Amino acid sequence: MPEKKIRVLIAKPGLDGHDRGAKIIARALRDAGMEVIYTGLRQTPEMIASAAIQEDVDVIGLSILSGAHNTICPQLMNLLREKGMNDVTVLVGGIIPEADISALKKSGIAEIFLPGTSTQDIVNFIHKRVPSA
Amino acid sequence: MSNKPKGSTQTLTPVEPSVPHRKPSAKELAWEKNTLQPSLEKSPERDYDFTTTSGHPIRRLYSEADLAGWDPERDLGLPGGPPYTRGIHPTMYRTRLWTMRQFAGFGAAEDTNARFRYLLSQGQTGLSTAFDLPTLMGYDADHPLSEGEVGKCGVAISSLADMEVLFDKIPLSNVTTSMTINSPAAVIWAMYLAVAEKQGADWKKISGTLQNDILKEYIAQKEYIYPPGPSMRLVIDTFEFGVKNTPKFNPISISGYHIREAGSTAIQELAFTLRDGLEYVEWGMRRGLEVDEFVPQLSFFFNAHNDFFEEIAKYRAARRIWHKAMVERYKSKNPRSWALRFHTQTAGCSLTAQQPYNNVVRTAIQALAAVMGGTQSLHTNSLDEAWALPTEFAATIALRTQQIIAHETGVTNMVDPLGGSYFVETLTNEVEHGAWDYIEKIDAMGGMVAAIERGYPQREIAEASYRYQVAVDKKEKIIVGVNDFVSEEKPLEILQIDETVAHRQAERLRKLRADRSQAEVDRRLSALRHAAKGTENLMPFIFDAVKSYATLGEICDAMRDVFGTYEEVAIT
Repeated sequence: MPEKKIRVLIAKPGLDGHDRGAKIIARALRDAGMEVIYTGLRQTPEMIASAAIQEDVDVIGLSILSGAHNTICPQLMNLLREKGMNDVTVLVGGIIPEADISALKKSGIAEIFLPGTSTQDIVNFIHKRVPSA
Repeated sequence: MSNKPKGSTQTLTPVEPSVPHRKPSAKELAWEKNTLQPSLEKSPERDYDFTTTSGHPIRRLYSEADLAGWDPERDLGLPGGPPYTRGIHPTMYRTRLWTMRQFAGFGAAEDTNARFRYLLSQGQTGLSTAFDLPTLMGYDADHPLSEGEVGKCGVAISSLADMEVLFDKIPLSNVTTSMTINSPAAVIWAMYLAVAEKQGADWKKISGTLQNDILKEYIAQKEYIYPPGPSMRLVIDTFEFGVKNTPKFNPISISGYHIREAGSTAIQELAFTLRDGLEYVEWGMRRGLEVDEFVPQLSFFFNAHNDFFEEIAKYRAARRIWHKAMVERYKSKNPRSWALRFHTQTAGCSLTAQQPYNNVVRTAIQALAAVMGGTQSLHTNSLDEAWALPTEFAATIALRTQQIIAHETGVTNMVDPLGGSYFVETLTNEVEHGAWDYIEKIDAMGGMVAAIERGYPQREIAEASYRYQVAVDKKEKIIVGVNDFVSEEKPLEILQIDETVAHRQAERLRKLRADRSQAEVDRRLSALRHAAKGTENLMPFIFDAVKSYATLGEICDAMRDVFGTYEEVAIT
């Protein structure tokens, strides 16, 4: 039986349009053999949660640089819980002040990748966290 | 960029791949044989990919052999005259230093007003306003999509009332103001003009710059509201309004900055920006404006990245290309249309979150390149900007960096200090040729709007950005503190904007809507909606709406009703 590919939703929530990071991650994960769906810009937490269900993803990667993470992340995590998506791994990449990291992790975010992270570190993290079946 | 390390192989082939037009002198050939070859045999060059930050190959030595077809009279000229390679003024910084214009904006209008007044008190010579994301996207602070974003990336401006607070006690007749606003630029500009009018400032004399460059939004920064057609109409409306009413105001700052931040190469930044410029010129002419009536007020905005000489070559090539395009394509007769004026900002994307104090050094070198390249104004980034908007402490060091370059280094004592350098002139030629190739490709597609609709510049940038990331991940490009020379450190003190700003703004909007004449607002918004359906210039209608204290969101919505909104096809 062929190995099932890890499915990842890369999402860009909020009003910000700086998508360099989101696109690089989408491409790097695809090059690493994952199935990547990129939502495009300006996704609300509702749109992200329904896309995650519809696409049946293992991982959601959020790219946030605008400072809106403390609003967006808890909203998304609540929605995912309400919809019963408890086993999806949610990652955040972007500009996140150190002081906000522990609260975000408490809300259920699995890991936060700060500027300067190599794409290989993110690939490795996902492989460790989501064993492909 | 090549991923094959050179180094040892070069001992076998000391003479680098021949460039078709390159004709080394007998002396140089003898040097290669008698001096270079033995030296390489003894100590090979480093195992290193000798390319610029953009991946442009750099050879070991440049000499007169590289400038065989180069005519200093035609290609270099003298400062203040065609083709402006050496700068747009005959004396450059000996007469007047560049404008030190630090981009600032955060929180509510009163917070940014205080920062503006602080920066002016510290010797800054022009203002530059950063707006928050809801403002950039044409939403009021109390719109549901604004939640979590109010005052975070810039100042929150939802109506004329906020603009009045933003420029309180700042005389607009004496200060030049740049405003980084694009899709809703016409509305924000109308607010600014209304404040100027209230202060009694003469519109004919006020000066400043509106970013208003919608094409690079579709290409790179992605803060667009309407589809390209109506967006371009709004831009040309501001040109036309400006020609008649505000002759000293730059209605646009055609920006490569964001293209570069999105990951482009230096050549792509230059090419796409100048092709955007040509697109605006063509749309302006189609409106019936004379080239030499509006082109002198078009200004440009470039990035200053890490690669010192590549950046300098880019600025010099920019002036040469623009001059050629104005004279040859548009038959411009006015030297003021030929001279490309530009603002520079150091590269935000080059700043590292790790070891942030190193960013002061990066910024200083980038700023030096901008000055050696002849910039008209400059923003230097603060050391903490990979984390947040700058603290006052960090912003002060950034301003001091410019003051040190201006007053201590001596680089302002002469014009174009690198003019005539074999390397800089060759690189300027190469960057120029690379840019013309792109410009002609986009011409062949039917212009920039057509190219954007095909996703062409977007795809080129995404490719370049990915290539760079791969090079960094493989350590072919070293970033100090990130992929080499790593060390542990303590977190920085950063500026945090809390949600009280959003609550203050929401309350202010509630009060504004209660106090104004709703009937008047409705009447003026419906006049705007009606005009938007036709072909009239919309600036007077927007100005009327602004003065009735219609909000930014209401005015943008009136146009959304008519123009619709734009969704891109995402390219990854």
